[in-house]
Amino acid sequence: MILLVDLCYRDGSLGFEEFVLPIARIIEREGAGYRIVHYTRCPDQATRDCDGIILCGTPVMDNGFLGDLASFSWIAETGLPVLGICAGMEVLALLAGGRVIPCHEIGMTKIRVTAQDPILPENRAFEAYELHGYACTLPPGYHTLAESDRCIQVFRDPVRPVYGVMFHPEVRNEWVVGRFLSAFCHPSLSGSPGDRSLLRSQ
Amino acid sequence: MKLGVLCSGGKDSIFSCGMAMDREEVACLITVHAENEESYLFHTPNVRLVRLQAEAAELPLVETESAGRKEEELADLGRALDLARERYGIEGVVTGAILSVYQASRIQRLCRERSLWCFNPLWHTGQETYMQALIGTGYEILVSGVFSAPFDASWLGRRIDARALALLKQYAEQYRITLTGEGGEYETFVADAPFFNKRIEVMRAESEYRNFRGVYRITDARLVEK
Repeated sequence: MILLVDLCYRDGSLGFEEFVLPIARIIEREGAGYRIVHYTRCPDQATRDCDGIILCGTPVMDNGFLGDLASFSWIAETGLPVLGICAGMEVLALLAGGRVIPCHEIGMTKIRVTAQDPILPENRAFEAYELHGYACTLPPGYHTLAESDRCIQVFRDPVRPVYGVMFHPEVRNEWVVGRFLSAFCHPSLSGSPGDRSLLRSQ
Repeated sequence: MKLGVLCSGGKDSIFSCGMAMDREEVACLITVHAENEESYLFHTPNVRLVRLQAEAAELPLVETESAGRKEEELADLGRALDLARERYGIEGVVTGAILSVYQASRIQRLCRERSLWCFNPLWHTGQETYMQALIGTGYEILVSGVFSAPFDASWLGRRIDARALALLKQYAEQYRITLTGEGGEYETFVADAPFFNKRIEVMRAESEYRNFRGVYRITDARLVEK
């Protein structure tokens, strides 16, 4: 079971179909189940039975999550593998002592892989879809794994499988999510693929 | 949040409009008329009938013109967005983009430059599920243009119903077209939607077809009670 966290401005927003459901479909295709929760919801029950967490991106101008970092403090305590996509990477950077700085890229961009890692390809460069108004500085101790001309594109925690990815893998680079799942969330892939649920605020 | 929906008159923009109406306030439809039928950004068959769709949905419409020249189109669309904000106070824009990075990224840049939110609620949607939803929830969709093999002239003006969808699925498997027509293989016009208060009746139309390319031009249409 993968916990998908919706970072959009409110539960059930118009950004849900654009930034959360495409990731859910990738997880489904990879043969895993998922549970979707909005970031403002209490995580105690949400992480139950989960083998990994994916923090999803948000639409242009949707940066409300940056002012509500306390809602994400539970992530470090779970000890689960984490993949933060765009907005999710920004949250991971802030939680780990990095900073978020203005830097925008929109559209297909060349990504250079700077270090070998299970979730990245052997070849040294690929094209990826960008949609961000901010970028991250490297948190203390973290490693940069890939860059564009403008900013860090992939970083990871030095010990735990906690990754930040600035580009949107759901567009033309679905394999990134697939590699994250197969490398770090094995129980999920041998679990119940049809298991899908959505926790919504009452 | 007040939103403007970029509307070509086709199924994707109208369905996105319906989704936006369910979650936020749709303040207006926005449409750009391109002179060039090969326009990169703007769908052209019957786009002038968006006026009737706006009336059917009881929504205001912001209309602008474009020569339809690549990249100049962006400035034309930007003017339309500025006008929509000035007249109706929109805070964000909704598009019907499904897979086109070309279309989505250009509109997202325009929005960012203007501090407007941008939503693509059909982005990477499950294509078959989406098409089934269109058919099953009261949308009346007519094929307004075909632009690839194996579409023949009989598709022009044809309603997309369960039989048509079954054929489209067959084409998607055999000819590698996108089921939704996102690759430009076919275009549509929406004559009725669940949120229309009246439906559009086509009174007169002309078809032109040659070598797997054809257009169904609605020359006369009116609103009728549902």
